[in-house]
Amino acid sequence: MNARAAGLLAALAAALLALPHVASAYVLSVATLILYFAYTGQAWNVMMGFAGQLSLGHALYVGVGGYAAAALFFHFGIGPWAGLWLAVLLCVALGAAIGFLAFRFGISGVYFALLTIAFAEFTRIGFDHLNWTGGPGGLFLKVAQRDQIDLLNFRGPPAMYYYAMLALAAGAFLLCFFLLRSRAGYYWQAIRENEEAAQALGINTFRWKMLAVVISSAMTAVSGVFFAFYYNNLFPEQIFHISRSIEIILGPIIGGIGTLFGPILGAAVLTLLADGITDLLGALGWEFPGVKQVLYGIVLLVVVMFLPHGIWPALARKLGLDRK
Amino acid sequence: MDPANLVNLVISGVLTGLVYGLMALGLSVIFGVVRVVNFAHGEMMTIAMYAAVVLFAALGLDPFLAVLPVAIGFFVLGYALQAGLINPFITRPEHSQFMLLVAVAIIMVNALLIAFGPSARSVQLDYLLESIELGPLLIDRGKFYAALVACATAGLLFAFFKFTRTGKAIRACADNHLGAKVIGLNVKRYYALTFGLGSACVAVAGCMMVLLVDVTPVLGPAYTLLAFVIVIVGGLGSMAGALLGGVLIGVSESLAGILIQPSAKSMFSFALLILVLLFRPQGLLGRRS
Repeated sequence: MNARAAGLLAALAAALLALPHVASAYVLSVATLILYFAYTGQAWNVMMGFAGQLSLGHALYVGVGGYAAAALFFHFGIGPWAGLWLAVLLCVALGAAIGFLAFRFGISGVYFALLTIAFAEFTRIGFDHLNWTGGPGGLFLKVAQRDQIDLLNFRGPPAMYYYAMLALAAGAFLLCFFLLRSRAGYYWQAIRENEEAAQALGINTFRWKMLAVVISSAMTAVSGVFFAFYYNNLFPEQIFHISRSIEIILGPIIGGIGTLFGPILGAAVLTLLADGITDLLGALGWEFPGVKQVLYGIVLLVVVMFLPHGIWPALARKLGLDRK
Repeated sequence: MDPANLVNLVISGVLTGLVYGLMALGLSVIFGVVRVVNFAHGEMMTIAMYAAVVLFAALGLDPFLAVLPVAIGFFVLGYALQAGLINPFITRPEHSQFMLLVAVAIIMVNALLIAFGPSARSVQLDYLLESIELGPLLIDRGKFYAALVACATAGLLFAFFKFTRTGKAIRACADNHLGAKVIGLNVKRYYALTFGLGSACVAVAGCMMVLLVDVTPVLGPAYTLLAFVIVIVGGLGSMAGALLGGVLIGVSESLAGILIQPSAKSMFSFALLILVLLFRPQGLLGRRS
């Protein structure tokens, strides 16, 4: 990282810390959403961007994590700090099971991606028939006072959720920063580029791929708990849906897969793009259902066609941030 | 339960499954040759269904007659899609191809939503309510003809790949991309042809599917997943496997209605998918690569 990059990063951190004091409630909710996608994108990136394992079913971990913590709170009044552990434990177990089965049986590439979709869809339909969590009717948490901060039960004003998400996103960024420079990071990149060569060099590819899945699923579980306590409602049809998995991975792919800033930039670009299109169509009076998504799809198409490595690598070169 | 009823259900499942199989056949052929997973497959299916509905509403064209113009239109669409958009992506990593086709799928679903709105459309024909009676068995007339058309289309495609020069050239491209280039085949053109043929299969399947179910734009992603399940179970790239997978899923869906809750029927399909991926990843009829 050169001095210019460090300066920009410091400025960004300062702006993000000061935001709740200057921004409106609406801007704050958009910023929270961006940080949420930056975080989940970073989590997915560990698996795909670093270790090269394409998961198209990350909604599974968001959903299971969210449902675990929410159900504990709903049925037994156990707060999210304890629920978090259950959520992470369950998701790590799930991720490890999927990874173990896939990697032991030599499933990779497209087949691995389809396997992750299958697990997420299977779980979605399962939760649809699980009465303990409300089935298809959803699970609702009591919306508490919004003006008092109750950290123990993770209840409070929007700014509290914003800072929590900021802390998570910053934490994930730092974790990935160190992971990329660790032994695991180098092994992962070797596996991503050429698994057979990595194996020939004596890397236990099974073990390191498992580590990537476990870290990624644990990180994603945390975002599920946040989702549950931020939105206060969970529906299997929404939280496990494949479009949710796609939402998670669009950010890093558009931003720049395998990079540290890609997921953050991608989350910001996509969230603001969706918002911008909504505003534009509102101003034009073209608010038919579907118009927004068509425009969104066209932008995705153009970006993936002309910026195959994502926006961040191109932008970093333009700004001179990639020089040592 | 009455055994005749059970047999009726199985027959109905087989007939529906053959139409599913034809849809999946399109996906399988495209993957087998171009090595790209068409994540917009179900969305193309719904477009074909809407095309049949519109031709029926506007011109009174029976879906069995609409098959031809819709299939030709889809062949052109598929050819253009491969030649214009996907060919530059065949050397790119999988996640890049995935993104491209997801973007195409998003555009397709929502363009349908803009054009037709979210409510269900269908084709109303008198003979769809009739049944063929074979002793104690009752066979739905529409389903029976739909399955016949699906089989005939699949048969034509088999024959094309087996006996024509173009079909052989396409198989050469699938077997050995570089070798095909070396002997002077225009591989990209054959890829576009293949995508066109796969799309035409989907078009026929879509025209037949409107005889069986009502169509809404949101069916697209569900059909994409269904097609994935079928081709993985049957063997990705295997033509007979796609039909077999379709029949298996069709029968399991119609039996799910009485054995477990109907809403849980696709849970069974996904469980089957997971088991096949783990224990026979090349699918029931697939070859190990």
